[in-house]
Amino acid sequence: MAPLVVMSVALLLISIQFGTEWIGFSQIIDIIWQVLHEGTVESDRIGTTGVILLQVRLPRVLLGFLVGACLASVGVVLQALLRNPLADPYVLGVSSGAALSVALAILLGVGTTVVAFSVLPLCGFAGGLLSLVVVYRMAVSYGRLPIHALLLAGVILNAIFSAMIMFVTSIMEPNRSVGTMTWLMGTLNAPSYPALGILACYLLGGLFLLLRQARRLNVLTLGEESARSLGIDTEHVKRVVYVLSALITGAVVSVSGMIGFVGMVIPHAVRFLLGADHRLLLPASACIGGMYLVSADTLARTLLTPTEIPVGIVTALAGGPFFIYLLVWRKDRFV
Amino acid sequence: MSLSPENAYSMIDKAPGLGAVALPHTAYQVRSLRFQYHPLSRGAASWVLDGLTFEVDAGEILGIVGPNGSGKTSLLKLLAKVLRPGAGDMALFGRDLGTMPQIEVARTVAFVPQESPQVFPFTVIETVLMGRYPHHHGAKWSAGFGWESAEDVLIAEQAMQSTDLTHLASRSVMDLSGGERQRCMIARALAQAPQVLLLDEPTAFLDLQHQIEICAIVRRLKEERGLTVVLVSHDLNLASQYCDRILMLKAGALFRLGPPHEVIGADVLRAVYGCDVLVDRHPESGVPRVTMPSYISTKNVRDYL
Repeated sequence: MAPLVVMSVALLLISIQFGTEWIGFSQIIDIIWQVLHEGTVESDRIGTTGVILLQVRLPRVLLGFLVGACLASVGVVLQALLRNPLADPYVLGVSSGAALSVALAILLGVGTTVVAFSVLPLCGFAGGLLSLVVVYRMAVSYGRLPIHALLLAGVILNAIFSAMIMFVTSIMEPNRSVGTMTWLMGTLNAPSYPALGILACYLLGGLFLLLRQARRLNVLTLGEESARSLGIDTEHVKRVVYVLSALITGAVVSVSGMIGFVGMVIPHAVRFLLGADHRLLLPASACIGGMYLVSADTLARTLLTPTEIPVGIVTALAGGPFFIYLLVWRKDRFV
Repeated sequence: MSLSPENAYSMIDKAPGLGAVALPHTAYQVRSLRFQYHPLSRGAASWVLDGLTFEVDAGEILGIVGPNGSGKTSLLKLLAKVLRPGAGDMALFGRDLGTMPQIEVARTVAFVPQESPQVFPFTVIETVLMGRYPHHHGAKWSAGFGWESAEDVLIAEQAMQSTDLTHLASRSVMDLSGGERQRCMIARALAQAPQVLLLDEPTAFLDLQHQIEICAIVRRLKEERGLTVVLVSHDLNLASQYCDRILMLKAGALFRLGPPHEVIGADVLRAVYGCDVLVDRHPESGVPRVTMPSYISTKNVRDYL
C-alpha cells in the first residue's frame, strides 16, 4: 500500500502542473511554502498563479482523486456481491438512477446550484439505491444472478433513466439545462474547500465502512450458501454493502455527474496485478482509481485548451473498448 | 454409551438445559423434521421433507441417496443450518441447532456445496484460508479486516496436505480442473477444523480417477481425524462402497436407513426408483453392487411400467 500512496501524491503534484497555463514544479513548491509560511491563501498575497494553483487546480485534482477512488471501490464491492466481474455502478444503471433523481431535484429547485451539498447527495443516494434494488430484482432468478440478465437489466434501466433525464433537462430553463447537461456528461468542477472537506469526510467514511467488510466479501465470493455455512450473516452484509454503495455513488454522481467504467476497469487491472483478496484489492483500487481519474481529467483539461472535454467522455472512450474486450475475449472466464 | 432414540429425544425436550447434555457418540439427532421452500404456499404436497427422524453417529460416514427431487440436498443444507426447518428438532452434539449461533455451527460443521463457481482469481491458499473465518470473530474491529495468524496458515497448510494440494497453493482457483477444485473446497472445509463434514455430490462431474481420489480422501479423513461425514450422492455404488450407513429418501420421507447391505437391494430400489436393476456383490468387499439391466430386461421394465 505504501508505494501506492507515494505514487498517488506524486501524481497529484504532477497533474497540477498541467493546465491552460503551465506551472513549474519549483513554482508549486514556492507557493506551497509561502502559504505554509504566511498561513493564508488570500489572492493578493499569493498572486494569480497561486490562485489558479490553490483555488482552481488543487481542489479539482483532489475532488478527481476522491471521485475516482469511490467509483473504483464501489465497482469492487458490487462485483464481489453480485459475483460478476462486469458489474459497475454505471453499467448497472445505479449512476443514471442517482443522476435522474438529482436532475429532478434541480428541476424542482431543491438545490440552487449543481454543487449543493445539503440535499443533492441524498437525492442521488435515493435514486441509486432504488435502481440497485430494481436491477437486482429484475436479474435474480432462483437465487442466482446470471451475467446476461444482470447486464440486460442494467441496459434497460439505463435506457429508461436516460430518456427521463433527457425529458427533465428539456423542460428546464435554458441556462440551467446547459449546466445540467455538462454535469451529466461527467465533469469535475473545482469545489470550495469547505464543500470539499464535507464531501471528503462523507466519502472517506463510506470507504472505511466498506473496507470493514473486506474479509466477509472474500468469503461471499464462494457463494451465498458457502458463506452462510462459514458463519456469515449474508443478508446483513449484503444490505450494508448495497446501502453504502448507493450512498457513495449518489454523492459522487451529485458532484461529478456520470463518470463511467472507472468501477469496472480499475478493479480488473488491480486484480490482475495484486490478486483478488479484498483486504488489499479495495484500498489499492481506491488509490489507483483516484490516480486514473486524475490522469483522465488532466487529459480532459489539456487536450483541447482552452476548452475542456467532459472527463466522463474520456473515461467512457477508454473504458468502453476495455468492456468490449472483456465481453468478447475473456467471457469464458466468468460466464 | 448407547441411547435409544426415544431417550435421546426426551433430552432434546428439555431445551434450556440442552447445552449441558453431552452425547459424544451422536453427531446429529433429528426428530420429525419438516421443510418447505415457500412457507406461504400451504398444502401437504409442498413439503420437500416430511417427518424425518434419524441420528448420525459420531465418526461414521452416512450417505444420503434417493431419486431426483427427493430432498437430499435440502436435508444436507438443513444439517448445515444454511436452510431453516419448517418444523421439528435438530441437535448437534447434544445442542439445539435452531438456537445455536451460525458462527458456532460453522466451528463444528463444514459444508461443501455441489458447485463452487469462482469468478475472481483467488489463489488456492487464499481460498483454503477462508475456512478460518469462523474462528476469528473475537475482536469486533479486526473481524472485518484482520489478517490470518501463523496458526491459521499452519492449519491451512495441513488441510492442503491432506488433500494433496500443496503444490498448487499459489495457483488461481479459476485455473484448476474439476477434481482439483473439489479438493480445494474440501481443504477449505477442513481448515474450519470441523467435527462434521457435509458434502453435496462430492464426485459429480468428476472422472473415474478423481472420484476414487475424493472417496479415498474422505475415508482417510474419517479414519485419521475421526470426522463425521454426511454425503449426498447419486451414485449408489459409491455410497455402498464408502459409506458406513445409507439413508434412502423417497419423496421427502425416510424410506430405509442402515448399513449398505440392508438398504441397497433390488426390492428397495424398485420401490424407491420404480425400476428393476441387478444387485449383486462387489467382488472385493462384498458390499452390494448395482448394475443397470441389459437391453432386453429394459424392455421388460417398459412392459412392467
